[in-house]
Amino acid sequence: MPRRDDIHKILIIGSGPIVIGQACEFDYSGTQACRSLKEEGYQVVLINSNPATIMTDPMMADAIYLQPLTTDSIKEIVEKERPDAVLPTMGGQTALNLARDLYLEGYWEKEGIKIIGVDMDAVNITEDRQLFRDLMEEIGIEQCRSRTAESLLDAKEIVEELGGLPIVIRPSFTLGGSGGGIVWNHDELEQKVIRGLEMSPVHQVLIEESIVGWKEYELELLRDRNDNVVIICSIENLDPMGVHTGDSVTVAPTQTLTDKQYQRLRDAAIRMMRSIGTFAGGCNVQFAVSPDGEKLVAIEINPRVSRSSALASKATGYPIAKIATKLAVGYTLDELPNPITQVSSACFEPSIDYVVVKVPRFNFDKFPGADEVLTTQMKAVGEVMSIGRTFNESLNKAWQSLEVGRAGLGADGYEVLDRKAVAERLEKPYWDRTMQIRNAFKLGASVAEINDITKVDPWFLTQIEKLVTLENRTEGQSLDSINTKDLHELKQNGFSDVQISWLLSKDGKTVTEEQVRTKRKEAGLVPVFKMVDTCAGEFPAKTPYYYSTYEGENESEITPREKVLILGSGPNRIGQGIEFDYSCVHAVLAAKEMGYETIMVNCNPETVSTDFDIADKLYFEPVYWERVLDIIEHEKPKGVILQVGGQTALKLGKRFKEAGIHIFGTEFEKIDFAEDRGEFSRFLKELNILFPEYGAARNAEQAVEIASKIGYPVLIRPSYVLGGQGMRIAVKEEELRRYVERILKTHPENDFLIDKYLDQAIEVDVDSVYDGEQIHIAGIMQHIEPAGVHSGDSTAVIPTYSLSDEVLAKINEVQETIAHEMQIVGFLNVQYAVKDEKVFVLEANPRSTRTIPFLAKAHNRPEAKIGVKVMLGAKLKEFDLTSHLKHWAIKEPVFPFDKFPGVKKELGPEMKSTGESIYFMENFKDERFRKPYEFKNLYLSK
Amino acid sequence: MSNQRKPATLALEDGIVVHGFSIGAEGTVGGELCFNTSMTGYQEIFTDPSYYGQLMMMTYPHIGNYGTTTGDDEAPKVMISGLIVRSFSQEYSNLNADGGLQEYMIKNHLVGITGVDTRRLVRHIREKGVMNAVISSEGLSDAELVEKAKHWDSMNGLELASRVTRKEAQTLPAETNESRFRVAVMDYGVKLSILKNLTRRGCTLRVFPAKTSPEEVKEWNPDGYFLSNGPGDPNASASYALPILELAKKEKKPVFGICLGHQLMALSEGLQVGKMFVGHRGANQPVKNIRTGLVEITTQNHGFAVLEETLNEEVASVTHVNLNDRSIEGLRFNQFTGFSVQYHPEASPGPHDSAYLFDEFIRDLETHHT
Repeated sequence: MPRRDDIHKILIIGSGPIVIGQACEFDYSGTQACRSLKEEGYQVVLINSNPATIMTDPMMADAIYLQPLTTDSIKEIVEKERPDAVLPTMGGQTALNLARDLYLEGYWEKEGIKIIGVDMDAVNITEDRQLFRDLMEEIGIEQCRSRTAESLLDAKEIVEELGGLPIVIRPSFTLGGSGGGIVWNHDELEQKVIRGLEMSPVHQVLIEESIVGWKEYELELLRDRNDNVVIICSIENLDPMGVHTGDSVTVAPTQTLTDKQYQRLRDAAIRMMRSIGTFAGGCNVQFAVSPDGEKLVAIEINPRVSRSSALASKATGYPIAKIATKLAVGYTLDELPNPITQVSSACFEPSIDYVVVKVPRFNFDKFPGADEVLTTQMKAVGEVMSIGRTFNESLNKAWQSLEVGRAGLGADGYEVLDRKAVAERLEKPYWDRTMQIRNAFKLGASVAEINDITKVDPWFLTQIEKLVTLENRTEGQSLDSINTKDLHELKQNGFSDVQISWLLSKDGKTVTEEQVRTKRKEAGLVPVFKMVDTCAGEFPAKTPYYYSTYEGENESEITPREKVLILGSGPNRIGQGIEFDYSCVHAVLAAKEMGYETIMVNCNPETVSTDFDIADKLYFEPVYWERVLDIIEHEKPKGVILQVGGQTALKLGKRFKEAGIHIFGTEFEKIDFAEDRGEFSRFLKELNILFPEYGAARNAEQAVEIASKIGYPVLIRPSYVLGGQGMRIAVKEEELRRYVERILKTHPENDFLIDKYLDQAIEVDVDSVYDGEQIHIAGIMQHIEPAGVHSGDSTAVIPTYSLSDEVLAKINEVQETIAHEMQIVGFLNVQYAVKDEKVFVLEANPRSTRTIPFLAKAHNRPEAKIGVKVMLGAKLKEFDLTSHLKHWAIKEPVFPFDKFPGVKKELGPEMKSTGESIYFMENFKDERFRKPYEFKNLYLSK
Repeated sequence: MSNQRKPATLALEDGIVVHGFSIGAEGTVGGELCFNTSMTGYQEIFTDPSYYGQLMMMTYPHIGNYGTTTGDDEAPKVMISGLIVRSFSQEYSNLNADGGLQEYMIKNHLVGITGVDTRRLVRHIREKGVMNAVISSEGLSDAELVEKAKHWDSMNGLELASRVTRKEAQTLPAETNESRFRVAVMDYGVKLSILKNLTRRGCTLRVFPAKTSPEEVKEWNPDGYFLSNGPGDPNASASYALPILELAKKEKKPVFGICLGHQLMALSEGLQVGKMFVGHRGANQPVKNIRTGLVEITTQNHGFAVLEETLNEEVASVTHVNLNDRSIEGLRFNQFTGFSVQYHPEASPGPHDSAYLFDEFIRDLETHHT
């Protein structure tokens, strides 16, 4: 059956701002859905309040509503657009819950709007724990014993029924397991039950027997209207049950199941999907398996595209969201070709010939006091995925991708090999568990001992043990003595040149990364690039999606075209999120439009930039120096773009410069110079531009001296950090000393800066593009909160609402002067503090920023593309720079405080928000403006 | 790690030679080099008689992770002649396992090689077609090994079923309380899970060696006939299989054939069977059932196929097609009660989507019984 002709206009609901548990994977799915529907000739109407998404770009839909995700806005849009169908499965739980609310009201039916991609009854079943339980019982799928509680008293009774603690709490209808957790003792029980009841919109929690320590698996399914079901990917969690799957290290495909055990999961998953309705679309099923493989229990089923389906798509190459959308509009699987091979059918189950490892990324450093033990409520802010021919290779690559300063799984000089500390750290699940396992092996622990403590499957442990064996073998050797075979084996196991250099330095003579690189290249040890093709090589594939490995055959053929390499932004974390992926995608599109072949390097599976049909070539690789250089040496691009990938890309700038690799846009020296406070201040002084007084210090005494000279309050921060990390406001000496101590602990190598803090100043954030002749002011954003609250955490308003014409003129003038004097080519962001009509420069960032996508949406003007094209040589006069902003646009941050109950909401110089939404207002009476305005000083903290 | 570092070599008949390390037993073995894309189920694959005499290359890199389990064998011995993997796992983890793959290979005299860029070879075969190869851990020179590969028997025209069939007929009782039907199974290399699928559905089986005479089979008085899977060129097995089919047709008893059995049934009706360029080997092949319009994900393992151009609607109708290459996957015969599929509804390894075909056979038996 081909596509449905009874529908013409389809409403897609997005997922809104990025929060923990719901990140940019829904931009990936939403974007694929929009493209997929447009391909089929449907009209697409879109609602999403997140400006930093590709899906809300003008080319993606016929009508885009950047409006708050509420039932009211949806009704308003429906009134105006009269869609005849709604696709609510691409916007996470947010979209599904909204669609469900309107369904319960009878709204969709009343308006004659068909729900596609899911059955609302199915949503009810999967979200109502008791209904789900009953259904599973009916179809013979085992479950953990559990019961729903609506009060604390209920909960206590149920705990007794289940035979006491530990138990697991799961609130109904919440996101990313919000409010859930494992309860180990009676003190916690009361508190956690009440919190769960509060967080559940229907005030229900499920009290479930604990199966902590069981193995956990996930399957990604697709079904069409004929009830054909295929499994796209199987995923095994390295972390056993008890850790939210979003917080677990996961591996695809399953590694430790026999075929009979795997087929049992497959049969059960299919039965479960068929039991919850007849809708056509995607579905995710989670299982727990007892360590002996005998008992199988269903954990949950999600009738929508999820974070795991984004991962599964990138892991297999199979574009789940795109195909799920086609299925939702009536196609059957057998009618669709596999978009990767183009010769075989989309109705199949991908087979992969490599191993995929996903490692989540956390940001506990931002939330002191948060409980860092991983549990059933998700705490990760992002993730990396890596591809290698073996688990070992992938695991090392994942650690290179994580951007926590490591060169792989240990062996890089940073480990703390304290027996007691490692033992303690292994007792409970923490974010760095694989590293601690490696440390334990290094200290001589056995597979059995580690398995006993962690319950991690011995197969994974054995692989990590092998890595340690390789380390130990290498340690005794020198750069001269190590033979090619051993070196090859290290590279095949994913060791970076940095790790190898560190291991070879153990005999006392320092070996550098470059020496290792030279030695291995002389020995012919360079990576080859293999294709991700969904079919393990069975069919020729057309899709240019590659990963590196150390083997025989290279499959990435080089074209004679001129190439631009764009560096992605790595894992999402606070301070560097979807906004940078947005700019990366635009950089790719801009470079394509300028006639270049585009090459994308990134390791974040949640992104649009890692879709195989965005860049001409995709390398799913760590944005890590060695890996990037290997790709550059293979592809020989004309140059690289690193001003769109945030700090991840930018921090490699110096090495590009040293290696003689061309960087498009502003000279690297200038980018670097903006980070050097001393030089930058001298530069401002020469230009007669005001800036807060400051001084650089290396110890507490120097800091105190500077502070007493410039006067309290002062702002203290380490240099070269992301999102204001470690930045504090001190009002007196005692505080200053305390902060200095803390910085010296976390950033021992950095200088730190003491700035005069301009109390009660207005902060202004300005993005611009300069082409050497002309400046384009992309936007002057006025913050509602006072200077001192990180710009990422502030409510920003465009255009400004209380600045005088003189101040605005001054800002324009200063911006242009800086751009001109710094010889900017492309983006320039400057942050200002305005106090007593005087304009102070706080900092300058010659790169694309977090606010570029917000401005693009506010003005309906492709700011990111304009900037990138200028970097590649275009002139501003070639662009239509008209703004389409009618009144005001507000950028509203969102915070993850609900995930960290022990942490107080306070805003300061260190960024804490995970995402933002855009809101258009007509006047200042608007609640969305008044509220932050009234509370603007309330949360300001140190 | 040290005990698996003995070098081994894989040589293809077209001159490609790759080096790796020896796994399992030591020695020199040859055969047709084929690959399988299943990500689980290596033990079932190694013991599938259809793979008899072939060098099996697994596309999934880690092999051995979950060890081996006695109950997972599909035949009493290992059938492949050699194993090629990317990353052999001597260590295993599965509480059901009763040993590691290394010990299993040694016990079963299976020679193998690890550390090979298997993907490169898969792509090579995909481009050049299947060919013979040799694995050796005995220090022979590359040139010697290529020479050996060149002279290894070609699968074309090779009769292999009689080498894997059982020596004597054997009766297997139905697993249900009462036996409903008597089915004569012609063993050309039958997988245990096929037999289980039949006994579980109430069939008492008499499993006959491949070359059993029609008279002997008839004497047992079966209600229906099953022609099994098996290795080799079906044309070479026709001489002893076709007389059995003639018998079944004459007796007007239902026939069901899988894989080689399917090809033999086609041959018996005048269709032709030829060698494929690469073959289908994996557990993810999409097959569409034309009558229901539904798709099943199937396990496949065949290097020969019924030639579509020789199809004659009068004798047979296509019931199943492969969605990837549109090749014939299933036939319903129009001149007698019988149907056959090219793929493996018994799975093992692979998805259980096609198990309904055994029920269909039971229905045929029911219809004819009354």
